[in-house]
Amino acid sequence: MNIISLSPADLSLAAMLLIALAALSVRMKLGLAWQIIIAGLRTTVQLSLIGFVLKVIFAHAHVGWITLIACMMLMVAGWEVMRRQKRRFRGWWGFGVGTISMSVSSFSITLIALTLIISVNPWYTPQYAIPLLGMLLGNTMTGIAIGLDRMTQAAWDQRNIIETRLMLGQDWNQAIRDIRTESIRSGLIPIINSMSVAGLVSLPGMMTGQILAGNPPAEAVKYQILIMFLIAGGTGFGTSIAIWLGARRLSDERQRLCLDRLKNTG
Amino acid sequence: MIGLKIENLGFRTAGPLSLSIPAGECVGVRGPSGSGKTLFLRAVADIDSHTGKVFLNGTESADLPAPEWRKQVGMLPAESAWWADTVGEHFSRSGGESPEPETDNWLKWLGFEAEVMDWEIARLSRGERQRLALVRLLANHPKALLLDEPTANLDAENITRMETLVKTYQRENKTPMIWVSHDTWQLDRVASRRLLLKDGGLTDE
Repeated sequence: MNIISLSPADLSLAAMLLIALAALSVRMKLGLAWQIIIAGLRTTVQLSLIGFVLKVIFAHAHVGWITLIACMMLMVAGWEVMRRQKRRFRGWWGFGVGTISMSVSSFSITLIALTLIISVNPWYTPQYAIPLLGMLLGNTMTGIAIGLDRMTQAAWDQRNIIETRLMLGQDWNQAIRDIRTESIRSGLIPIINSMSVAGLVSLPGMMTGQILAGNPPAEAVKYQILIMFLIAGGTGFGTSIAIWLGARRLSDERQRLCLDRLKNTG
Repeated sequence: MIGLKIENLGFRTAGPLSLSIPAGECVGVRGPSGSGKTLFLRAVADIDSHTGKVFLNGTESADLPAPEWRKQVGMLPAESAWWADTVGEHFSRSGGESPEPETDNWLKWLGFEAEVMDWEIARLSRGERQRLALVRLLANHPKALLLDEPTANLDAENITRMETLVKTYQRENKTPMIWVSHDTWQLDRVASRRLLLKDGGLTDE
């Protein structure tokens, strides 16, 4: 099957939808018109740029370039996780908790997928490495951001409970356990829901993209299953690591609750 | 020294404070709002960071793991907090364990039947929560007590019950105790010394 190439005019037609949505926002006084327009522009510029970068990278596959791109993606994802926290950790930790946990989970799972599952040669072949890492980072980022936000907010709201438990002689792990469990759970719910309805309610984006690009549905399905399992693993391990690190950071060597290590960003 | 000894304790709003409370003695502390009465108790319980040292029966807080110290120096905050659904879940440590007979006696003392263990926390009044919080604390068998406005939400009858229970526990266990209250009459009833926390320092009244 030949791919129907999209012209700028086709994309402009789709962009009319955003303009219509912005107009609706003005009419309903939602105050979102500029945000919609700017987000649309960002999507266009960022994806065009990455399309250009990928074209160059695919033509000159070198492990150094791939590592550089991967690190940049990680930094942006770490920044995004930090930005999404209402009460983020002060100082380096605000950026570090999300970035460390994403690097451990997404990088290691992408490596396992490239070397053991897909067994592509060389393992850093950019056509595989970059999209896989991108999918993993994007989804892991969401899980970690939700989980961390939930944990810091719950620790803030439930300080009386945490401190009463500590006053009664519980150790830090017991005092924070309920909040930690709930936070990991909330980070994992989106991917569990996606896996549950995949193929029934939604056709996941990657699979749809492959089918639209002319690949046989059976191949697209296999890759989609692989991706979903990788994402679930990445999100689960990443969120658990982030919550574990964050929960430790919320207490000191005498197992006190240290809310002064958080700052409110509104 | 047997008892609670506080040496040069410093925290956000006050200090350095020094105080010795022999076994079985209760010291009453009052002071204007914002003078740091609660922060004082929190520093002694090692819930907040502080400077200086606190000893219980000769052992310094820093020489014990923090949970063990807090179990021995039991603090009752002004507002009790509850995290599980029923009262009983806050008493049994490994779940399903029924509380000791001593706890049953304390519950009766404060006007509760043993069935209170099945009650839902959401249905309890503030006063009931405060009384149950005292029993929950005593069930740990603390060797010192730090009480922060423990009867603020109670009526006259329950204030008497609670004071009697605390004094009985204190007498039987020779517990050193700090009782924070705005009510000078109450402090005269329960404490053998009364101190004023003001302008960052403790003075005898």
